[in-house]
Amino acid sequence: MGRKLLLEKAHIENIRSYEVYRKEGGYRSVEKALKTLTPDQVTDEVKKSGLRGRGGAGFPTGMKWSFLTKPEGVPRYLVVNADESEPGTFKDRYLMEFIPHLLIEGMVTSSYALGSNRSYIYIRGEYAWIAHILEQAIEEAHQHGWLGKNILGSGFDCNIYVQRGAGAYICGEETALLESLEGKRGNPRIKPPFPAVKGLWGCPTAVNNVETIAALVPIINEGGEEYAKIGMGKSTGTKLISACGNINKPGVYEIDMTISVEEFIYSDEYCGGIPQGKKLKACIPGGSSVPILPANLLLKTAKGEARMMNYESLADGGFATGSMMGSGGFIVMDDTQCVVKHTYTLARFYRHESCGQCSPCREGTGWMEKILWNLETGKGRSGDIDLLWDIQRKIEGNTICPLGDAAAWPVAAAIRHFRDEFEWHVTHPEEAQKRNYGLAHYADPLSVSVA
Amino acid sequence: MADEIKKAPAPLKVTIDNITVEVPAGTTILKAARQIGGEVTPPAMCYYSKLEGSGGKCRTCLVEVAAGSTADPRPMPKLVASCRTNVMDGMVVKNITSERVQEARAGVVEFLLLNHPLDCPVCDQAGECHLQDLGYQHGKEGTRYQFERRTFEKEDIGPKIQLHMNRCILCYRCTYVADQLTDCRVHGVLDRGDHANISTHISKAIDSNFSGNMIDVCPVGALTDKTFRFKNRVWFTKPVDAHRDCPECCGKVTLWQRGDEVLRVTARKDEWGEIQSYDGKPGWICNTCRFEKKAAADWVIEGPTVVNRHSVISQGHYQGMQMPKETIQDVMSGLNPRLLMDIHDISEVNKIELSQLPGAATSANYKNESTKSE
Repeated sequence: MGRKLLLEKAHIENIRSYEVYRKEGGYRSVEKALKTLTPDQVTDEVKKSGLRGRGGAGFPTGMKWSFLTKPEGVPRYLVVNADESEPGTFKDRYLMEFIPHLLIEGMVTSSYALGSNRSYIYIRGEYAWIAHILEQAIEEAHQHGWLGKNILGSGFDCNIYVQRGAGAYICGEETALLESLEGKRGNPRIKPPFPAVKGLWGCPTAVNNVETIAALVPIINEGGEEYAKIGMGKSTGTKLISACGNINKPGVYEIDMTISVEEFIYSDEYCGGIPQGKKLKACIPGGSSVPILPANLLLKTAKGEARMMNYESLADGGFATGSMMGSGGFIVMDDTQCVVKHTYTLARFYRHESCGQCSPCREGTGWMEKILWNLETGKGRSGDIDLLWDIQRKIEGNTICPLGDAAAWPVAAAIRHFRDEFEWHVTHPEEAQKRNYGLAHYADPLSVSVA
Repeated sequence: MADEIKKAPAPLKVTIDNITVEVPAGTTILKAARQIGGEVTPPAMCYYSKLEGSGGKCRTCLVEVAAGSTADPRPMPKLVASCRTNVMDGMVVKNITSERVQEARAGVVEFLLLNHPLDCPVCDQAGECHLQDLGYQHGKEGTRYQFERRTFEKEDIGPKIQLHMNRCILCYRCTYVADQLTDCRVHGVLDRGDHANISTHISKAIDSNFSGNMIDVCPVGALTDKTFRFKNRVWFTKPVDAHRDCPECCGKVTLWQRGDEVLRVTARKDEWGEIQSYDGKPGWICNTCRFEKKAAADWVIEGPTVVNRHSVISQGHYQGMQMPKETIQDVMSGLNPRLLMDIHDISEVNKIELSQLPGAATSANYKNESTKSE
C-alpha cells in the first residue's frame, strides 16, 4: 500500500470542521513555516521536494515560484486554480469537498512564500456547494487566527477570497482565469508577458492547481528532501488520480507514482479491474486532452518495459507511442467502446468550449466535430480521415493558448493508434451503426494478469 | 555627456528573411518587417497599430523564429505571432523563406474562409477587403469544407452602420474602437467558440460621434457604411484627398467620388490599410465628416489619392486600354469553337467605359451601347 499524504485523513468524521482538522495535526505546516522559515526558505523546500504542477503541464512548482518578479511596492498574488473542468478529472473536487482545510493551510504557507496578502481561489461555478464549504473553512481559519492580520505574530497578513466561475472550460487556462477573475470575458491573454511578471491586475501572480498547493502541507511538515524520497525519478511525492470509465471501482486514488499502470487498473486496491470480464481496449491516462493509448501501448512502453503511473513513464515514447500524466483523469475503455464515437464526444466538447478568440481553434474545432459526426453516423468519406489529420495538424501549436493543442491531440492520437477503426467506419457505414469494431488487435500481444 | 550616450538604448539588429534591419528596443517583429516592407511583411488581419491591445488573434502573421537572440540563439519551438512578439538583438526570423510558416498561414486562411460566405460579388468591401487579398495570396482554390456555413442575422449598429456578422472574422478591432474611442462601451463579443459574435448589448445603437471608425478598421465587409451600401463598386469610384476644418476631428479624409457625387467619406489609409497618423496621432474622423458631409462643396480637395498600382481601385485610372486580340480563330483556320463562355462577351460589360459614366451604370447605358454597335 502506497503512502498517502493528502487524503490520509480525508475520511475522518467531521474533518471538514476546523476543530477536528486541528486535532488531527492541521495547520502545523503554517506554524512551522511562519515561525521558523523565511519565505525564500519555503520556496527552497518546494524546490527540494521536486514537486511538479498537478494541473496538467507538470512544470516544477519551485521553479515557477522563483520566476515571480518581486518589484518594490507592487502587490503579488497567489491564485489557486480550482476550475477543474477537464473531462475525466475530479480530484480537486474530492480534495476540496472532503478536506477543505488542507487547501487553506497550503494556501497560507504558499502565500507566505510568495508574499501574497490577497490570495484567490477561482472555483468553477458548477462546484457551487464546494464554494460554500471553502468559504466556511476560510471563515473558521479567520476565527482561529490562521488568516487575517499579523498571522501568528509573524507580521504577515493574508486573506483568501473565493471567486466562482461561470461554467467555462477555458477559464481553467491561467491567463483566461485571470481575465475572468478581473471581471472580464475569459479570453486567454497573449504570452509573453507571463503571469509571473504581469498577472492579476498587471501584478506578478502565481497560478497553481489545488492539489499542488495542498501538497505544500506535507512538504513543509516533512521537509522537501523527505518528500522527494517518495516516488520515482522526477515524479516525486504522491498524485491524486481520478479514475473513471469501465472499471469496477471508479473514484479518486492517491498513488505514490511507483506502481505500474497494469497494477493500477487491475489491483483491488485501486480500480479493481474491468467489470463483467471484459477486456481493456484503450485508456486516456491524464484527462481528456492527452493522447489516448491502446491497451498494448498503455501497459508496456514501446521498449517493452512496464509502463508506470508517473510523469516520465507515461510520456515515454513521446506522442508517437506515449501519452501524458496530465491532470490525472484516468479514463478506461473496454472492448465494447467505440473510439470514433469517443473522439467525436471530445471534439464536441472542445468545439463548445473554444473561446473563439483565435481562428484555428474557433473554426478548426467545429470542423473536426462535424467530420467526426459524419464518420460516426455512417456518412464518412474516405478522405475524411486524412482531412482530420490535416486539420488537427494546423490547429496544434498555432493557437494562443493550449486549448487548441488539447483539441488536436485526442484526434491525432485516435487516428494514429485506431486508424483501422476509423477506416472501418468509412468502409462499413451500415455495420458501424449496428455494432462496434471491438477489441481487434489493440490488446495484442499482452497477457493480462490480475494482481 | 557620456552617461547620456549610455542611456540611449542601442538599436537592435534583427534579420527577417535574410534582410537585416536595425530597430529600437520594444519593436515587434511585424513592425520591423514593415520597416523593410514588401513581401517580407507578414499579413495582419487583427493587428492594428493604432488600437491598443489588438493583435495575436487571427494567426495570419505567424512567423518562425530561427534564433531567439545573440545571447540565446535557440530557435523558438512554436511559430509566433509577429504582431505581438518583440524583437531581440540578433534575432533571426523566417517568414516567406519558411515552409512551415507558409503552410500554417495557408491553414489559417482556410480556417478564416471556412465560414465566410464569400459573397464578394454583393459585398461592399470587395476590392478593398483584406481577407480577399489574403485569400488570393495564400489561399487555395476550392474548399474542403462540406458543411453548411454558419449564419447570423444582420444587425444595425446605430442608423448609419450595419453589422453583417456572417462575414466577420472576429478580429476584435471594432471592439477596441468602441472601447478606446467612444465613451460608453456597449459593443463587444457575445457567446464563444464558433458561435461567438460581435454585438451591441442588445441591438443598442452606439451613440458616439466616433463610432464610424469601426467601419474603417474592419478588415472585411462585416461593418459597412449604410450611406454607401450598394451605391457603387469601389473600383468605379475615384478617391481624392480632401480636408475641412472640423471642430471634432482632424478633418483629413478621402472622398470616394463618382462624377461630382461624393459617395463615401473615409479616413485616409496608409500602405498597410491602417488609418494614417498626423503628428503621431491617428487620424480618426468623426461621424459628421463621415456621414453628413456628402457634397464636394463641403471639402477642400487636395488631389487624387495615391493608390497602389496593383489595387483593383486603380482600375478606373487606366482608361481606353486595348483588349488583347483573340487569336483562336486565326490559328484554327477560321473555325471558332465555343471553348469558353466569355462572361464579358455575353454581358457586354466591357464594351462600356464604366469609369467614364457620370453616375452608376443603368440598363439604359447598355441599350444605347448595343444599338450603337448594331
